Amino acid sequence: MTKLYVNGTEHEIEAAADTPLLWVLRDVLKLAGTKYGCGIAQCGSCTVHVDGTPVRSCIAPLASVAGKQVTTIEGVAEGETLHPVQQAWLEHDVVQCGYCQSGQIMSAIALLERNPDPSDAEIDEAMAGNICRCGTYQRIRKAIKAVASP
Amino acid sequence: MSDNRIDTLTRRQFVRAAGAAAGGLLVGFNLSACDSGPVSGQVTGDGPLLANTFIRIALDNSVAILVNHSEKGNGAYTALPMLVAEELDLDWSSITVEPAPTSPEYYHAWWGVYITGGSTSTGSSWGPLRSAGAKTRAMLLEAASRYWETDASGLTTAGGYVVDAANGRKLAYGDLIATIREHDIQPPESVMLKDPADFRIIGKDRRRIDAPEKVTGKAVFGIDVELPNLRTATVLRSPVFGGKVKSFDASEALLVEGVVKVKEVSSGVAVVADNFWAARKGRDALKVEWDLGSNAGLSTAAFYEEYRRLVDTDGLVAEDVGDVEAAFREFGDSEDSSIVEAVYELPYLAHATMEPMNAVADVRADRCEVWSGTQFQSNDRRLIAEYLGLSEESVVIHRSLMGGSFGRRASTIADFTLEAVEVANGESFPVKVIWSREDDMRGGFYRPLFVHKIRGLVDGDGTIQAWHQRAAGQSIMQDTVFEQAYMADGIDVYSMDGCVDQPYSIANHRVESHNPAKVGPLPLWWRAVGQTHTGFAYESFLDELAHAAGRDPMELRLELTRDFPRMHQVLETMAEAVDWGSPRADNRGVGLAARTAFGSFLAQVAEISVTDDRQIHVDKVTCVIDCGRAVNPLGVRAQVQSGIVYGMTAAMTGEIEIEEGRVKQSNFHDYPVMRMPHMPEVVVHIVDSGADPSGVGEPPTAPIAAAMTNALFDATGERVRKLPLINQGWRFRS
Ligand code: FES
Ligand code: FES
Repeated sequence: MTKLYVNGTEHEIEAAADTPLLWVLRDVLKLAGTKYGCGIAQCGSCTVHVDGTPVRSCIAPLASVAGKQVTTIEGVAEGETLHPVQQAWLEHDVVQCGYCQSGQIMSAIALLERNPDPSDAEIDEAMAGNICRCGTYQRIRKAIKAVASP
Repeated sequence: MSDNRIDTLTRRQFVRAAGAAAGGLLVGFNLSACDSGPVSGQVTGDGPLLANTFIRIALDNSVAILVNHSEKGNGAYTALPMLVAEELDLDWSSITVEPAPTSPEYYHAWWGVYITGGSTSTGSSWGPLRSAGAKTRAMLLEAASRYWETDASGLTTAGGYVVDAANGRKLAYGDLIATIREHDIQPPESVMLKDPADFRIIGKDRRRIDAPEKVTGKAVFGIDVELPNLRTATVLRSPVFGGKVKSFDASEALLVEGVVKVKEVSSGVAVVADNFWAARKGRDALKVEWDLGSNAGLSTAAFYEEYRRLVDTDGLVAEDVGDVEAAFREFGDSEDSSIVEAVYELPYLAHATMEPMNAVADVRADRCEVWSGTQFQSNDRRLIAEYLGLSEESVVIHRSLMGGSFGRRASTIADFTLEAVEVANGESFPVKVIWSREDDMRGGFYRPLFVHKIRGLVDGDGTIQAWHQRAAGQSIMQDTVFEQAYMADGIDVYSMDGCVDQPYSIANHRVESHNPAKVGPLPLWWRAVGQTHTGFAYESFLDELAHAAGRDPMELRLELTRDFPRMHQVLETMAEAVDWGSPRADNRGVGLAARTAFGSFLAQVAEISVTDDRQIHVDKVTCVIDCGRAVNPLGVRAQVQSGIVYGMTAAMTGEIEIEEGRVKQSNFHDYPVMRMPHMPEVVVHIVDSGADPSGVGEPPTAPIAAAMTNALFDATGERVRKLPLINQGWRFRS
């Protein structure tokens, strides 16, 4: 049994200690908003926050996050009120297939939390780990900037 | 250009034939027949509905629109309901979208099969969905006129209500259902569609209807499907295409906690477990002996060698205008004319959709249910029914959202969906088969590798007198159920799309095709299909000829397109938009490419910067597109951005290599794709020609590689004829 806090709720997880957090979220907690894209920290689809830091959950074994606070895409809105980044994503019509977007949003939130007004270069750096095969990068950049300087 | 050969190859004709060959139930899709089905008075658990094929209006005035095209990022779930909402004057917020079931009334209006592809979702729905909306509206108007006992001519509709213009009273559509039933009101035989000048929804930016669930993580993709008792499986497939299991030892796999079963299937050995991680670990513990079969020596290097030899020999003639040989004889010897020859080479490409392939199947004795992110559900259903020995009606396909597709999910052999059925067959529980990224990358469904050789002749006046092109690459259609419809005289229309029938007036123009044997990976449509390689070869060579003739590439194209007004207009718009010909710095280059693709006309200008150590950055791409009426301009611009990014990856880094029968690439570290820092500014100009909507999803992928390499030539004088650029020592600026 591994103790874990996900989106503010405490869980006792029964799963092999080497199970990546990604599959704990998806298969055990049925939080399917966090996506599998590569399994080797190359694509960013699986990005969540662990104690406030963006983490590729596909390579974070359950044991490594024991006792920590995990935030997933399901946990960033306040009830019905979307997070400003989610709101900006809607306003700028960012998504296409949408599969990468949970990870994109989690990376963008983390960026804006530590740097509320990022430059283009800082956006590039912070978002370079998140692949979008649909090529939504231009609108992602616009949406991030909209949140940064409302 | 036109002659009888082109006639046999026009896309529209193939398209019609395809419908006929594939069963052809609804070729020439007769809308009134669809709409005169059970239109009103169907009772569901939620009360009576006003329902026809595509539209369901409920008592509470909510509206479900059944969409018969997949949503894979393309925006079909937004653009298609817009067509209905326009004619029916719906309140946009009342609309929900449902994937239409696999039954013939939902088959593709042009092709007679249930498929999403060829950038036709909007074009093929343009008539049917507007008619469905207009006919439903006519019924509502009649119902209101009966209810109020007033003449229908004074009534109008707005935002889900019928309004009496005389006094402003109004009735919600849902409140008219009882009247429609009472008077048995039927849809009219024919109906007037709106004058485009009155459009309030079509042609206006509309944000995506599926965005809210996609920014909150609630959207259900195939990989997210949950069912009671669901198990997850991974399949260990042969390291070599076509290899078979000789024997396997599952003893250690079965020791992994959570593994419930190991079984052989036609694609390899499946490990079924309680969850993905157990299935994955179980698979790692499997020991399989393979019979690698005849492909163990396969290599892409050998393919290139063979195809290079082929393009030196005569192929099947796909287009033959004028007399190429006579032109070379006549002008070839004159001193001031020049002959240019070039070979272009393009690799296999993986689709690399963000969501790896997966499917869920639940197989019972007398029925089968499947959940799949598929573009081609009638084909899936037919093949599943055949495999299980069931009737097609006993096979139900639930189409999920899909995390990208780009052609991969329109499988001619239903591969990933059928595989899930095979794994679930005989089990008491449903099974979800998930492909790892590595499985997906090595899956063997690729854009075929192609070699093009072109010989051109420019006379002393700078006029292109002759163009002789030969292409060699595996056919997508050959040996599939589509062969009859999409191949004529041994030529695959998809292989040649983009080098025949182009809007350039060249007096002597011959194109020949070689279809080498289909061994190894299965060639599959990949966003823009033939245009992905023909676009590169054709537009690169046009640039080479312009250079040889000492002419400006824009000016040359403007002249060549004089008889093709839509293409010409696009180029003129581009010249102005980018201020073509304006001076630029030494390390910068500008490249132009233009295409007619999927019924649309487009041009792209790439502006790039290079460094001395061969780093390249695409600063800006301008795209001018005439795609007929842009139903949702916001969506059109998104697709243009998307197509450009997709094509930039292919130009820069995309390559699948095979050595000793094995695919070298496996994941995004060795199949790198474009990322945020590489993103150019993309500017889109939509030319409004007033024509009916044509393709948008695929065309923008076609010209970008040539636009980039033409820009590279402009900047450096170096001509790149083999993709990806990374193999020529170029890389994205870091
Ligand atoms: S799935 Fe974790 S980074 Fe790709
Ligand atoms: S929206 Fe499809 S991968 Fe990003």
